[in-house]
Amino acid sequence: MMDTKDLALKLGLTEEEFERAVHLTGRELTMEEVAVYSAMWNEHVSYKSSRRYLKTLPTRGEAVVLGPGENSGVVSIGDGWLAAFKMESHNHPSYIEPFQGAATGVGGILRDIFTMGARPIASMDSLRFGAVDHPKTQFLASGVVHGISAYGNCVGVPTVGGELDFDPTYDGNILVNVFTLGVMPKKRLFTAQARGIGNAVIYMGSPTGRDGIGGAIMASHTFEGDSEGKKPTVQAGDPFMEKLIMEATLELMEAGLVQAVQDMGAAGLTCSTFEMAHKGGVGMAIDLNNVPKRVEGISAIELLLSESQERMLVVSPKGREAEVLGILEKWGVPAAVIGHIQDEQVVSMTWKGREVVRLSPDWVVGDAPLYNRPTADPLVLAKRRAPVDMPEITANEAFEAVVSHPSIRSGAWVWQQYDHMVGAATVLPPGEGDAAVVRVNEKAPGGLAMSVDGDQDVTWLDPQTGGYNCVAESALNCAVTGAKPIALTNCLNFGNPEKPEVMLEFAQAVKGIARACTDFHIPVTGGNVSLYNESNGVSIKPTPTIAVVGVLDDVADAVPMAIRDKDLRLAMVGDERRTMAGSLLQRLKAPHLGGTPVQANPELHNNLMHFLQAAASRHMLAAAHDISKGGLAAALFEMVQAGGFRYGLKATLPGGMGGPPMVQLFGEGPSRVIITYYLEYENALFDLATQFKLDPVFLGETMADLFIIEPFLSYTLQELTVLTKG
Amino acid sequence: MKQPRFDIIQFPGTNCDRDTFRAVSVIAGARARFVFHKERTLPPADVVVLPGGFSYGDYLRSGAIARFSPIMEDVVRFAQAGGIVVGICNGFQVLLEAGLLKGALIRNTSGVFICKYVNVSVERRDTALTRAVPPDRRFLRIPIAHADGNFQPPADMLAELEAKGLVLFRYVDEAGQPTGDANPNGSANNIAGIMNEAGNVFGLMPHPERADEAALGSTDGQYLIESLIRSV
Repeated sequence: MMDTKDLALKLGLTEEEFERAVHLTGRELTMEEVAVYSAMWNEHVSYKSSRRYLKTLPTRGEAVVLGPGENSGVVSIGDGWLAAFKMESHNHPSYIEPFQGAATGVGGILRDIFTMGARPIASMDSLRFGAVDHPKTQFLASGVVHGISAYGNCVGVPTVGGELDFDPTYDGNILVNVFTLGVMPKKRLFTAQARGIGNAVIYMGSPTGRDGIGGAIMASHTFEGDSEGKKPTVQAGDPFMEKLIMEATLELMEAGLVQAVQDMGAAGLTCSTFEMAHKGGVGMAIDLNNVPKRVEGISAIELLLSESQERMLVVSPKGREAEVLGILEKWGVPAAVIGHIQDEQVVSMTWKGREVVRLSPDWVVGDAPLYNRPTADPLVLAKRRAPVDMPEITANEAFEAVVSHPSIRSGAWVWQQYDHMVGAATVLPPGEGDAAVVRVNEKAPGGLAMSVDGDQDVTWLDPQTGGYNCVAESALNCAVTGAKPIALTNCLNFGNPEKPEVMLEFAQAVKGIARACTDFHIPVTGGNVSLYNESNGVSIKPTPTIAVVGVLDDVADAVPMAIRDKDLRLAMVGDERRTMAGSLLQRLKAPHLGGTPVQANPELHNNLMHFLQAAASRHMLAAAHDISKGGLAAALFEMVQAGGFRYGLKATLPGGMGGPPMVQLFGEGPSRVIITYYLEYENALFDLATQFKLDPVFLGETMADLFIIEPFLSYTLQELTVLTKG
Repeated sequence: MKQPRFDIIQFPGTNCDRDTFRAVSVIAGARARFVFHKERTLPPADVVVLPGGFSYGDYLRSGAIARFSPIMEDVVRFAQAGGIVVGICNGFQVLLEAGLLKGALIRNTSGVFICKYVNVSVERRDTALTRAVPPDRRFLRIPIAHADGNFQPPADMLAELEAKGLVLFRYVDEAGQPTGDANPNGSANNIAGIMNEAGNVFGLMPHPERADEAALGSTDGQYLIESLIRSV
């Protein structure tokens, strides 16, 4: 027969971790207690490899109301309004079962937001798949997009933006990061801190089944060619139930029937009970027999490990249970009172009349293992940065490779499958602006801008610069629309932390992010770490993704990226440094990545953002777009594409710009933006730029019919549309 | 003039209710009220709107279960008494399932959900839903967002709808022509919206409640809401 140690090892604990649990508890563990420790001490829930680094991220700022540690972070956006937002990864489940994996990722992040009291008003997603021609890519990409679409559309939260990339590094391990933001009045804020001795602990949502058992444990291991066999660990989503739970939760809150609430996400019932008790400094008595069950014969261990979707744990005032159940009945949401808050700071659970769990939340949550995993010598990164030569190709070949890449050509096939307009508040929808802009109010704060950004190429070459520049770019994307960045969330997608080289990447990237947060005054309010993104022994390129949120006083000021007129003037403003290192063209055409990427200059970058905000509020800009992946040529192309190829442009590369033509056209670097405007604003704009110590470079004008970058590229708009058909 | 009253039905899974409320009340100035599907009686109203969404998750067939909601009996009674009823997107599907309109909506030919701005021609200007559309506007720019918007009635029913002039909106291109390229979902004869013979029940796939403000890209939806208000 299996003993507790066998079970612990089977559930992913190491021998040392099992000993630690026994030692903390001070006695032999029950099988159910082993399940609790294993569910809480895996990487996905405990952050045991990453916690010591995450502590270095700046989390304070004038706008921050709640930093990391709650279901989501919360910031003040002005005039008595709060915004709750967070990003989460669902990488492993989405690779195994793309539709359900992505769908349940959306479900989880939505619950993280409405548990705070906020009504979700916008989602974004950051998707990274393998090579376009890899045999699994088409299946994975269409499944993931379909899953996000089916779930988000049904719940009625618009998916307003995101990013999309295809890179062979993700052939065996795709990245699906989903972001949701909600808003609420100040007095409506709720937390997961369980309090009030005798208060009722109420389970609401779908009954518990065997689906998703051990999902968080799966997310804490690498793929070794047997992902097919892991299918039963992927949960199935029910967006209709999610919509009912969302409305019911918001109504319970309105009625004063919620003391604290948490989503049952990773590690399900175990995580929600222990974390809520730990955050509130109380104990909980739970009767597992009362948990609504989907299947006969489910065991206590299975109830503790199940990750069935669309479930929540609510603490409600003692004596008002009937009112709570009445509202849940109205919405058709299954629910049951499963326990109460107790003074003694233990979570005790009974099953068939027998106490099967009796553990302090301090041991399970507070004393989770913390690792200081070895990091490799930084020399390994210096080796990556050895220069590499670009092959001899023409400007046309390079341009066509870049603009036909699915990260540059229109993602309409993706976002048209998302309801991006429900809510009737989407001011800059997908493809229309550098950041998405959603209206939240009639008067200031009128709108919120949001953008999610990652750059695995630059981050692989130089993780610190990669982390730094991702924050810079995401903030700049908000500023391009005219918004002031106020806070960020992130997903840190890395390989196997037990490999020193991966841990070095992680440590350096977090260092870069932390420095950028300080330099740009943008605190971190929460996020998520996804490790073990590795297949068959090869880790992905390090891929932190950053989502910055900014405030816009008046959505009428929001600056789009599309060129929608002729005879507009075009200029370029910002940092002149460009390099092929880590560029899209290098990824596509060079034998491998190489060289040293440019790190953003904090003073220049802040000035650029302030200039853009000032220009937007004075309505001087017709359109603006930052120069990022694919360089200047891709950025100009994207502005024409966003305008539906109705207007083209003629730009001339200025003399004395420096660097060979290929670097001028396709080289990349941070902190540079293309602005377009009517001639009448030119003097005022250039004067404004001077005030911010910026020196704009005139590029050309927009026009009908043609897309020309003198003296290298010349296309008709008709030819461009053909290039983007892929 | 008395302020027109709109009842907005909320089925479980309806998700355009709040947008419709805002468009009708905050923007157009009418009185609007939510009516939960478990109610049995409509509060006194001039117009009943069945908004878009995923009633009952669309798990059986779009709109198929919602028609059995308690409130639907009174909606049918209201319509039969000549009251104005408008079904938008999923609400259109519910009206078809309830037999208040003729035809059927099936999966888009692309097989996937599609959300985008489209142009729809206004085939008649003498109805309660279109009388405020300016004569010089050949088509309106209003978004769609659906997976099951492909209008495919049986051939004889289609012929009848056309012969009796019950087709109100068609998907058209920039030249106002109902071309194949302008048809986003495969609908027969590019049909985007219809009405009943009595002229008081309307169903359409485009979302007028999403096109009421310049900041959102179009104000054309207001013409339809304004038409309803003028018809009271």
